[in-house]
Parts: sequence; structure tokens; C-alpha cells
Amino acid sequence: MRVGLFVTCLADLMRPSVAFAAVKLLEDAGCTVEVPAGQTCCGQPALNSGDSVDAREIAKKVIAAFEGFDAVVGPSGSCMGTLRQDYPAMFADDPAWRARAEDLSRRSHELLSFLVDVLKIDHVDAHYDGKVTYHDSCAGLREMGVRGQPRKLLASVKGLALIEMDGTEACCGFGGTFCVKYPEISTKMVDDKIAHIEASGAGTVAGGDLGCLLNIAGRIKRRGLSVRVIHTAELLAGMGAEPSIGEVGKA
Amino acid sequence: MQAPTTTFPQRVAVAILDKRLQAALDHASGGFVKKRAALVAAQPEFEALRERARCVKDHVLANLDGYLERYEEQVVRQGGQVHWASTAEEAREIILAICRDAKAKTITKGKSMVSEEIGINAALEAAGYEVIETDLGEYIIQLAKEPPSHIIVPAVHKTREQVGDLFDEHHRPLGYTRHLTEVSEMVNEARQVLRGHYFRADVGITGGNFLIAETGSSLIVTNEGNGDLTQTLARVHIVTSGIERVVPTLDDAVTFLRLLARSATGQETETYTTVSTGPRRADDLDGPQEYHVVLVDNGRSRMLGGPFREMLRCIRCGACLNHCPVYTSIGGHAYGWVYPGPMGSVLTPLINGIDKAYDLPNACTLNGRCQSVCPVKIPLPGLLRELRRQQFESGLTPLPIRWALRAWAALAQRAGLYHLAMRIGIPLLSRLGRRRGGLSWLPLATGWTDTRDLPAPQGQTFQQAWSARKGARP
Amino acid sequence: MRGGRERVLADIRQSLDRIGPSHEAIVPLPGAGPRPAFDGDVVERFVAKMLEKSATLVRIASFADVAAEVARFVASVNASQRLCVSRALAAIDWPVGFAVEYRAARRDDETSVTPCFAAVAESGGIVTLSGPATPSTLNFVPDNHIVVVQAAQVVRHFEDVWTQWRVSGRPMPRTVNIISGPSRTADIEMTIQLGAHGPRRLHILLVTP
Repeated sequence: MRVGLFVTCLADLMRPSVAFAAVKLLEDAGCTVEVPAGQTCCGQPALNSGDSVDAREIAKKVIAAFEGFDAVVGPSGSCMGTLRQDYPAMFADDPAWRARAEDLSRRSHELLSFLVDVLKIDHVDAHYDGKVTYHDSCAGLREMGVRGQPRKLLASVKGLALIEMDGTEACCGFGGTFCVKYPEISTKMVDDKIAHIEASGAGTVAGGDLGCLLNIAGRIKRRGLSVRVIHTAELLAGMGAEPSIGEVGKA
Repeated sequence: MQAPTTTFPQRVAVAILDKRLQAALDHASGGFVKKRAALVAAQPEFEALRERARCVKDHVLANLDGYLERYEEQVVRQGGQVHWASTAEEAREIILAICRDAKAKTITKGKSMVSEEIGINAALEAAGYEVIETDLGEYIIQLAKEPPSHIIVPAVHKTREQVGDLFDEHHRPLGYTRHLTEVSEMVNEARQVLRGHYFRADVGITGGNFLIAETGSSLIVTNEGNGDLTQTLARVHIVTSGIERVVPTLDDAVTFLRLLARSATGQETETYTTVSTGPRRADDLDGPQEYHVVLVDNGRSRMLGGPFREMLRCIRCGACLNHCPVYTSIGGHAYGWVYPGPMGSVLTPLINGIDKAYDLPNACTLNGRCQSVCPVKIPLPGLLRELRRQQFESGLTPLPIRWALRAWAALAQRAGLYHLAMRIGIPLLSRLGRRRGGLSWLPLATGWTDTRDLPAPQGQTFQQAWSARKGARP
Repeated sequence: MRGGRERVLADIRQSLDRIGPSHEAIVPLPGAGPRPAFDGDVVERFVAKMLEKSATLVRIASFADVAAEVARFVASVNASQRLCVSRALAAIDWPVGFAVEYRAARRDDETSVTPCFAAVAESGGIVTLSGPATPSTLNFVPDNHIVVVQAAQVVRHFEDVWTQWRVSGRPMPRTVNIISGPSRTADIEMTIQLGAHGPRRLHILLVTP
């Protein structure tokens, strides 16, 4: 299967290892992976701030860049949710673009649900010693149906003990620009999330969206706590020993 | 209710520091969330009920004029009167006229959010009437002269000590001189005091959870029974209801009843479900002499014709706010008006103007939990995003944010320029944060760095590393 | 207010893209709402639900036993021997020494006795229809509300009550009450308290011959 990797701007800029992990997992599952150079961002910041005009223009670039691939896969429920759920509605009054957007929508997948639901992968060859708890990103959970799939794959990692925390479905407070526009509310929400993580007894928290993970890691670091924060794809691709998000060390 | 004199950020700042408020909200909303989840798990038909409820509401909205006319015809047949108010002001005038004609002095009220929306209490009090809220929580905040912090338990932010003090102050003149410390004693004293008011009341005002077109009935649900005492003992019963509350038949009302209490408080049903039709009959021994329904538009017909029609499905259960992490962090006062939480973030700008409530649609992470628990499947995040779009188009978005968005969007549409800029900027940022693994201060992003580090970028961008790798591959 | 009515209807029609009223009668929505399925005897379910909701319930074999049970209950809660009762129950031989009046409730009434129109198994609940023989203040004013329910009155679902009402041919009463327990509130510190405004106690006499 010929897969176009949707890198996501956060992975591209902040943590490329997530995208490399995605490539490895997809190639191990037998896909050929290409990375269209013309991609930048899915346009969600514009869309969620009400700038629908810019969102449309960005969407057109994405649609064009990813035409022709059997599947478009990205390590983020939030970005892929925008491609799948929001792009078609942006072109309600433009039948030609709408058709192209619907075509992209049908081919768009979040990484872990793609591996499990489409490629029927049920285990990975990876090793990670430790108790890991899992944070359900809101968009992944509610827009892309990502819930059992990451857990299934995490359970196959040797040495890894998966512990469920309370409030896995509670929002971590990232919410895109929300976290900088309403910082007190956002900080309270991430503190609540961290309280659940700590109460679970896990030393590591994994999740499928870098926005959430940067938010959680950033607060953990500021508070001087020691929980490791890592993207699920990195754990599954055997990169668990590398510096986690916010940890000091060369990438 | 009056518009607040403080801003949303000011109210949030106060609420966030109020640990007791948050503990009270966690207790209340958290309890409702757990109980609801248990009942939903125990009812296999729940999803089918939601879908049916959504269909009934959409069907009514598409035929709203016809159903309201049918409803009115039935009310009149049963001896009631229907008044139509296009605006909040008209609604107040109608109610004042009814009270004037009834030569009323004392007015009791059951819970009615739309009555708060139209500001009827202040208008009645200004006209010299004595107005008493009978729902215990509403009664407490009426004594305290405060707005509600939760739509189902409006006084949840008050401790029993505070309630005891309020009762001291207001019940003493009525002859109750004991200082109370136990909740059971306070409920008992409120019962006695309010009985006095029920039996003196000339007019009783209630809301209408549903209006039933088939029979011309209004339906209310309470746990306390205050709505029943309010409407039955007074000479005049006034029902205040939004125009969108009509449902076709008694059977349709049952579908909504199966969802309402479960969604609101995690009960199977509320204690009292009452279907009222008209004034007392010629041979009845009790009941009001007059039955008036005030149908309130106040922007609803406008919502009907645009992208916000789905909001009119709302049955005011409160599930959305119970499940909202923003609401449970800041409470009802912060929303500044009658309706809190996700439903308030949609309704307040729509009724009062998107310029008057800039923050409400924006103070949301669009996490979608509200939509997932809404018994009538209102797409709340989509509606909030549409409000943001209208705000942006109207130029209400603050300039720095507009500029930042435009700059990002301009870059994002020019891949070559974007990647070049990031190739330069990202490694720099990475170097700045290398030693501690993160940046503790970033200009323009102090909203983040005030309380969080920004984890340092790993070094190169992915695109950079990928082209290098591709170049290196045979 | 004529003006308000025309304005509101015109605004609604404008939003629905209609010039005037729809000349076709509204086509009703097909189908019906889902009814929760449950097994078991409806009377047993009704009993269980009422007890769950803090009502008290006693089974008696016939109407002849009502008086004795009322007397026992009244004594058990230290209430006075004065009853306000629905005229629909006038045939009952009330206990000796009790003052019984058939009227609407008054502020100082302690105990009422009423029949019901139906009882619902689905989520519990007794249903009363107001009328000259069944004034509704008896359901709300006194501290204690005693309801005489016959086992044959228990129906499965709430819709069955409406079906029964339509079949009865009775006009819609001023009020239909569905009551599933004593009055309650949690408004102070989320502490549940019975007897907020309505009765403190709901006592059911279930006549099961």
C-alpha cells in the first residue's frame, strides 16, 4: 500500500522522532511511505479561530499534495480529524473541491487506528520496561474512534505494564490556542490530568497527539515531577529509551 | 438577569482561586456524571432514545409555527390563555399586565430559566410585587442576591454555615429565631417559611420543560414539589416557556422524560412529573382560576433560520456543563448570565450579541464531550466554532491574534518558504532549550510559559532530516 | 396580544422559508419512541422501584384492610388522627377515632389518603388525575401522602398510562401527577434531604388479592 505520511506541524518542528516512528511502523507493516514536501499544516489553528478563508486555502494545498496515495496517515487524531471530518464541509459551495476533499477524507487515517483496523496489525516487536498509562486525546477519541487500538498495541510491548488512570477521557487543557488564551483554566486542567497520571502509579504517560503531550510534559517539567511523556508511536517503534518529551539529551 | 459589570477573564481569575467552589463543582457535577454513566450503561435503548429525541425535535422545529398554533388552540379549548412575546421586554410587559389585572401582591416562582432570561424578577420587584423563588437552591441565592453557579443545584457554592447565616438574617423577622447548623433543620425551616408564601401567593409562575400540542398542556419536573405548590395554590398560574419547547404528543414527552433526569442528575425520573392543562374546572376543589402561557421568542425564531437551529433542540438538562472541564473549573458565575457551560457559550452570544460575549465561544478546547452526552445530539463544538467564525468575520478577534493567524496561514500556504524559515528557526530554538530540555520563557507565548516549560524542539525539522535521509539512501 | 402573535409566527415562517402557514396539515413523524425492555412481573418491579426511591410500601389483601393499615402507619409516624381524603375513597370504613374529611388539602393537614389512576412499573411512579373526587393538593400539601394502589392498576410503560387515559374517554384533567417518591432536595451541600416542599413520606398500600 502506498501511504502518504501527514507529518503534522508539531512533529515536523518539535519532535521528528514521532514521524520517524510512524514511518517505521508503517514500513514494518509492509507499506511504502512517501512524505510530500508540499505539506505544512492541516489548517486547524485557522479553522478553530474562525478564519475559515485561510483554513480553506491551506486545505486546498493539503488536498493537492496528497492526491494519489492509497492512504494518508498521520500520528495525530486532531490533525487527521480535521482532514477527515472538517475538510469536506469547508467546500460546501464548491462541488469540484468538495469532491476532492471527500476523496481525501475517505483516505485519511490516524496512525494507530490505521495499523490495527486497516492493516490488521495486532502486535509490535518492541521492548519497554515500566508502567505506562494512556491519555485519550479528545479529537482522536471522539472524531476518529481511537480508543482500543493504541491499547491493543501497547499491550504487546514486552516488559510494558499498561495501567488505566481515572479520567483518561478528560481533556488535558491544550485545545490549540485555548492554552495560551485562557492559561489559568488550561493550567488547572493539565494539573488535574497530572494528578490522575500520578495516582495511577505509572512512570510514563503515552498518547497519540503531540499537542496534548507537549502541554502535559511542559507542566510536569515546570513542576519538577518525574513522569516520562512520550508519543505512543515512539514506544511502539522501539524508541522508548530515547529522551522523552522535555527530557534533556540529544535527539 | 442584568449583564455583568466584570469581564470573563476577571471572573475566571476569581473562580480559579476558589478551591471551595471547585470542590463543590467536582462533588456536584462529578456525582451527576457518575450516576448518569451508570444509568446509561444499564439502559440498552439509550442511544435509540437519543436518536428518536433528536428526530422529534428536528421535526417540531421544521413545523414550529403549525405546532405552536395547534398547542394554542388546545390551551384555549381548555380555558387557558396564550400570550406571544417577540422580545424579553414584551414578555415582561405581558406578565406585569397579568399580575396587575389579578391585583396581585405576592408571586411565587418555580424554576424557570427563561424567566431569568427575560429578567422578570427585577421587573416585578421594581413594580412593587413581592417575588419568592421556591426551589430551595434558587431561594437561597435569591436571599444572597447572587446568580446561580449551577443550573440544577444553583446554590452549590454555598456552605451550610453560609445558608444558616442567610436564614438567620431573613427568617428572624418571620419569627424563626433559632440559629441552625444541620442541613435537615435548614430544609425543614425553609419548608415552613415557603409554605407560608405558597398559601399567600396570588400568582404562581412556573417554567415549562415541555409544552404538549396534543392536549395544550405544560409539563414540569421537580424533585421538591415546589412547582406543584406554586401552580396549584395561587389564583393565577403563569407558565413561561421558550417557543421551542413544544412537542407533538404525550407519548413524545415520554421519550424526553426517559432522557431528561438521567442526563441531568443521574436519576431515572425526578420525583414529580406534572402535566397541567388549563385552569381549575368548574367542579374542581383546588387549582388556579386562571392559566396563562407566555410563549417567549427572544431570538429563537432567528436561530431557527440559520446555522444555529440545532441549538433549539436543547432541553436544558445540564449534561453538557456537568461534563465540561472548563465549566467544572470555573462554575456558573463566570459565564456572566443565565446559561452556563457549553449551552451558555452558544446561547448567550446568540441572544445578547456575539460582541457582548466574545470569550464564551473561545474559552473551549472543542474536546467534544458535551456533544457526546447531549441527549438531543446538539453539535455544540461545531456551533461554537461557527460563532468564532462570525466573530472573526465581524472583526471582533483581537488584532494580535489575527496577525499571528494570518502570518501562520501565509507561511503554511507557501511550503518552500515555510520549510526554509523552520530550517533556520527550529534549530535555534532547540539550541536555546538544549541545556534544560525546555524553554521557560518565550515572548508572545507567556500564556504558555508562565506556568509551563516549552519542551525544546529536537533539533532539525522532520522535513530537513527526511530529505537528508533520502539523499543518503542509495 | 395580537401583535406579538403575528410577529412571532411571521418570524418563524420567515426562518422556515414559508410565506404563510403551511397549507398541508403537518405530516406527523412516523414511528414511536423506544420503550425500555425488561422481564419479570410488573407488580414486583413497581414495588422494587418505589422502595428504591424511598417510598414505603405495604401489601394488603383487600380494601377492607386499608383502614387498619392507615391507622398503623399514622401511629408509627406519630401523626394526629386526622385525615384529608379523596372523595373517591368515601366507601372505605375509616378507623375508629379518626376525623376524616373529603376536601382539598389545608395548610395544617398532616396526612392525606388518595387512590391513583395507574401505577408504572418501568421506573416506578403512581399516576393521579385531578378532579372533584381527587383534588391534587392532597398529593402535595400534607406531610404524609398515603396512596391506595390496586395491583391491576400497574402498567408496564409510561405510554400505557396515556393509552389508558385515551380509552377511558375522560377529558384531560387540570393536572396529571406522576409521583415516584417523597419530596427531596440536595440543594444544600449536595446532602439529600427528604420532605423539601412536598410530602416527607409517600406510603403505598398495594392491594394484591
